Amino acid sequence: MDKRIATLEEAVAPIQDGASVMIGGFGNSGVPFGLIDALIAKRARNLTIISNNAGAGDFGLGLLLREGLVSKFICSYPRSRGSVWFEKAYAAGEIALEIIPQGTLAERIRAAGAGLGGFLTPTGFGTRLAEGKETRVIDGKGYVFELPLSADFALIRAERGDRWGNLSYHGTARNFNPVMATAARHSIAEVRELSETPLDPERVVSPGIFIDHVVEYGVRP
Amino acid sequence: MISLTDEQLAARLALDIPDGAYVNLGIGKPTHVSSYVPADREVLYHSENGIIGVGPTPVEGEEDPEMIDASKRLITVAPGAAFFEHADSFAIMRGGHIDIAVLGAYQVAENGDLANWATQDEKFPPAVGGAMDLVVGVPCIFVMMKHVNKDGSPKLLKRCSYPLTGLGVVNRVYTDLAVLDVTPDGFRLVELTDGNSLADVQAVTEARILPPS
Repeated sequence: MDKRIATLEEAVAPIQDGASVMIGGFGNSGVPFGLIDALIAKRARNLTIISNNAGAGDFGLGLLLREGLVSKFICSYPRSRGSVWFEKAYAAGEIALEIIPQGTLAERIRAAGAGLGGFLTPTGFGTRLAEGKETRVIDGKGYVFELPLSADFALIRAERGDRWGNLSYHGTARNFNPVMATAARHSIAEVRELSETPLDPERVVSPGIFIDHVVEYGVRP
Repeated sequence: MISLTDEQLAARLALDIPDGAYVNLGIGKPTHVSSYVPADREVLYHSENGIIGVGPTPVEGEEDPEMIDASKRLITVAPGAAFFEHADSFAIMRGGHIDIAVLGAYQVAENGDLANWATQDEKFPPAVGGAMDLVVGVPCIFVMMKHVNKDGSPKLLKRCSYPLTGLGVVNRVYTDLAVLDVTPDGFRLVELTDGNSLADVQAVTEARILPPS
């Protein structure tokens, strides 16, 4: 078994116009910048992007938005300082936005990866973000029914990987990467270091079974 | 009226963070609270992006861009720290494992309703982040904010007019003018900033403030 791919370009080659793509990261930490650059160079259009933030500045998700390649953004927090390209597209009505509370976003992705049909969460009960959703009261507490969220692709950033696709992470760059890796039909991991030897199984955070391809990108932002 | 500075307010709130607590500090001003918690108290700070044990800002030359908090500020790790992924981080928040969360707010109502994620301004995209998960899962919610808006309009209301973050979730409000508990009977005064009177503070508060019990 060998999931290694030589270049970022080959890694993103299967991503076509109209694809839904989960992208790991929180702020600029744990973002697969190499894969995003390759996706921008490929000019796949009309993408649905699922990521916690909507980028900042003229790089990464911000550049993907500036280039007009995204038609829908699913996230929890698109208003970080410097998220100018998202704000412009949103104000101009050029992009659809689905806001999901951050824990519900993570758990909907987890549910998809875990084969669940949804879950009941107290998050958002009685608020605008629960409008139109099924609710239930259990032991006097209100819950909102949330559906699983999957995607065609997941772009993952990890610290180290091996040819089996096993991944380990660094610091707070873990964030959404492990859960997103479980929930896409095709998960692609960019790793800072591709190990010639198997990772220590005790240190593997994302088991390789969730990863389809792994590519080395040595830059740490 | 006497108004605390942001630093004084953070220092006042920090006195109420007990030894041994697991605490989540919301983005913005609440992050300053940790600087003022007395040094003899061991408090572990959770940040939603996957760490318990947030340490101080790194010294120059030791910054790591993959070590940040929820405000996207560079951090270090404190002794006893652990990293985890997002589904676990929000299990920690929703599952009742954190003791105290400190949040900013646009509005707080006398029934404990909190509005801190969206205004009525449609020009800006709404942004909720982890606020709704925190308020349903953390048993003690402290709000830290200015007592009134820049235009002088009240933020402590009978009912919130902005979209809600959570219903009946706030336990205590720390403002530059006073500290108030949210009780079944409404806001109850805990203390006034030195030099203020209850009548002065009531005059800039829409909801009724009950005297200390």
